[in-house]
Amino acid sequence: MRVALFVTCLVDLMRPRIGFAAIELLEAAGCAVTAPASQTCCGQPAWNSGDRAAAVALAKKVIGEFTGSEYVVAPSGSCADQIRNEYPAILADDPEWHARALELASRVYELTDFLVNVAHLENLPGSFTGSVTYHDSCTGLRSMGIKEQPRALLAKAPGVELKEMVAAEECCGFGGTFSVKFGEISAAIAAKKCGNACASGADTIVGGDLGCLLNIEGKLRRMGNEETQVMHIAEVLTAQK
Amino acid sequence: MESRSRHFKANAAASLANPVLQANLKTAKGKFVDKRAIAIKEIDDFEGSREAARNIRNRVLENLDLWLEKFEENATARGATVMWAKDGDEICRHVAEIGKRHGVQKAAKSKSMLSEEANLNMALTAAGIRPIETDLGEYILQINNNEAPSHIIAPVVHKSLDEVADLFHQVHKTPRKTEIPALTREAREVLREHFLTADMGISGGNFLIAETGSVALVTNEGNGRMVTTLPRVHVVITGIEKVVPTLEDLSLLMRLLPRSATGQSISNYVSVLTGVKTPAERDGPEHLYFILVDNGRADVVGTEFQDMLRCIRCGACMNHCPVYQTIGGHAYGWVYPGPMGSVLTPLYTGLENAIDLPQAATLCNQCGVVCPVMIPLPELLRKLREKQVEKHLRPWFERIALKIWAGVAASPPLYALGTWLGVRYLKWLAGGRDRIPVLGVAPGWTLGRDFPAPEGKTFREQYAERQGKR
Repeated sequence: MRVALFVTCLVDLMRPRIGFAAIELLEAAGCAVTAPASQTCCGQPAWNSGDRAAAVALAKKVIGEFTGSEYVVAPSGSCADQIRNEYPAILADDPEWHARALELASRVYELTDFLVNVAHLENLPGSFTGSVTYHDSCTGLRSMGIKEQPRALLAKAPGVELKEMVAAEECCGFGGTFSVKFGEISAAIAAKKCGNACASGADTIVGGDLGCLLNIEGKLRRMGNEETQVMHIAEVLTAQK
Repeated sequence: MESRSRHFKANAAASLANPVLQANLKTAKGKFVDKRAIAIKEIDDFEGSREAARNIRNRVLENLDLWLEKFEENATARGATVMWAKDGDEICRHVAEIGKRHGVQKAAKSKSMLSEEANLNMALTAAGIRPIETDLGEYILQINNNEAPSHIIAPVVHKSLDEVADLFHQVHKTPRKTEIPALTREAREVLREHFLTADMGISGGNFLIAETGSVALVTNEGNGRMVTTLPRVHVVITGIEKVVPTLEDLSLLMRLLPRSATGQSISNYVSVLTGVKTPAERDGPEHLYFILVDNGRADVVGTEFQDMLRCIRCGACMNHCPVYQTIGGHAYGWVYPGPMGSVLTPLYTGLENAIDLPQAATLCNQCGVVCPVMIPLPELLRKLREKQVEKHLRPWFERIALKIWAGVAASPPLYALGTWLGVRYLKWLAGGRDRIPVLGVAPGWTLGRDFPAPEGKTFREQYAERQGKR
C-alpha cells in the first residue's frame, strides 16, 4: 500500500517526531510512505473561522496535492475529518471539485483507524512501558468514529496498562482558535480534563490530536504538574524502553 | 429582555471568578448529564426516535403557515382566540389589552421563555397588572429583584440551597430554613393565595397541536395546572415554531423531551389543554387566548438556519456543553444560553449584537449528538461565523491575521519560510525550557496555561534532511 502522509501543520511546527512515528508505524504495517513536500495546512482554521474563500483555496490545494496517492493518512482525527467530511461540503457548489473532494474523501484516514482497519498492523515497532489514559478528541470521536482503534493498538503493547479516565469523551477545551480567542474559558475546561486524566492514576496522557495534547500539557504544567507525560498515540506505539 | 450578549467576555470572566457559581454548575452538570444517559436507555431505538422527531419538526417547518392556520382554525372552533405578535412589544400590548378587557389585577404565571423575550413582567406592572411567577425557580428569581434565568428549564440552576435559604428568610421574613422540603412548603404557602386570587393565568406552550387546537404543557411542579385552570382568563404565549401536526406526533416528541431535558421518563405533569370551559365543565378558563409570536422566527424560515427552529427547548445542548458547564447561563447575556442560545441570540437580536456567541464554542459537537431533534448546532455556529466574516464584523486584527495566514498557507515556499522562522522564534522564547509562559503572538493561550515549546526544527526540514541521507 502506498500512503501519502498528511503531516498536519501543528505536527510540522511543534512535534515533528509524531510525523516520523506515524511513518514508522505505517512502514511497520507494510506501507510505502511519502510526505509530499508542498503540503501546508488542511484549512480547518479558516473554515471554522468563517473564511470560506481561504477554506476553498486550501481544500483545492490539498486535493490537487494528494490526487495521485493511493491512501492519505493524517495523525489527527480533526484534520482527517476536514478532508473527508468538510471538503465535500466546502466545494458543494462546484460539481467538478465536489467530485474530486468526494474521491479524495474515500481515500483519507486518521492514523489509528488506518492502521487497524485498512493496513491491519500486527506487530508494534515500539516497546513503551507504563500506564496511560486515553483522551478521545471530539472531532475524531464524533465525526470519524475513532474510539476503539487507538485502544486496540494500545492493547497490542504488552508494557502498556490502560487506565480509563472519567469523561474521556468530554472536550479538553482546545477548540482551535477558541483556545486563543477565549483563553480563560478554554484553560478552565482544560483544568477539568487534566483533573479527570490525573485521577485515573495513569502516568501518561495519550491522545490522537496534537492540538488537544498541547492544551492538556500546557495546563498541566501551569497547574504545577511536572510528572504526568503527554504523548501522541504514534509516539507511544513507537517508543523504546 | 435587554441583551447583554455584547459583554460576553466580561460576563464569562465574572462567572469564572465566582466560586459559588462554579460549585453550583458542577452539581448541576452531574444531575443532568448522568440522568439523561440512564433515561435514554429505556428506549429501544433512541437514535431512530431522534430521526423521527427531526422528521416531524421538519414537516412542520416546510409548511409552517399552513399548520398555523390549521391550528388557528381548530383552536378558534373550541372557543379560543388566536392572536399574532410580531415582536416582544406586541406581546406586551396584547396581554395588557386582554387584561384591561377582563378587569385583571393579578396574573399568575407559569414558565414562559417568550415572556422573557418580551420583558412581559415589566409591561404588566406598567399596565397595572401584578405578575406573580409561580414556577419555583422563576419565583425565586422574581423575589430576587427580577433576576434573569440562567437556564431554560432550570432557571435557578446557578443558585445554591444556601442562597435560596437566605433569600426566603429576607423576603418572606420567616425563620431561616435549610431543608428543601421546608423551603418549597414556604413557597407553596405564599403561592397558594396567588393561585386563588389571580384573574389571569399566563403560560408558555411546549407544543401546539394543529389537529385539535390544543396546547401541551410539560411541567414538574403542578403550578402549570393551577395557572391554566383556576383563573378566569388563560393566556398562552408561545413561538410560532412550536406547532406540531397531530397528537400522535406529540406522543413521539414526549418520549424524547423529558428524557433529554431532566432524564425523566415522563415529567410529573403533562397537560393537553383544549378550548374554554364548556357549560358542562366545572374547571378551566372562561376565556382562552393564544399569542403566537414571531420575534425573529419567520425570518429564519427558509434560510440555512431553519434547522434551528426544530428546537423543542429541552436544554440538553447546554447541559452537555463544556463552555456552558464552565461559565453558566448568565454569561450569554440574553434569554437563551448554551449552544442553542448562541445560535438563536444572533438570529433574533442581530448578528452584530452577539458577536462573541457563535465563536464561544469548541465545536466539540457534544450538543449535536444529544439534541433530540438532531439540530447540527456546531454547523450552524460555523455558518454564523461565516456570516460575521461576510458582513465584516470580525475585529481588524483577526481579519488581517487570517488573511496573512491564508496567503502563506497557500504558498508552499512562503509557508516553509514562515514555519522555519516561527519555530525558531518560539524556541528562542522558550529559552531552553520545555514551555513558554507568555506567548505574545497569542496572549489568550497563556492566560491560563503554558504553551509547550516546539521541538526546534519543522517536520519538513527534518524530512528533507533524512531524504537527503537516504
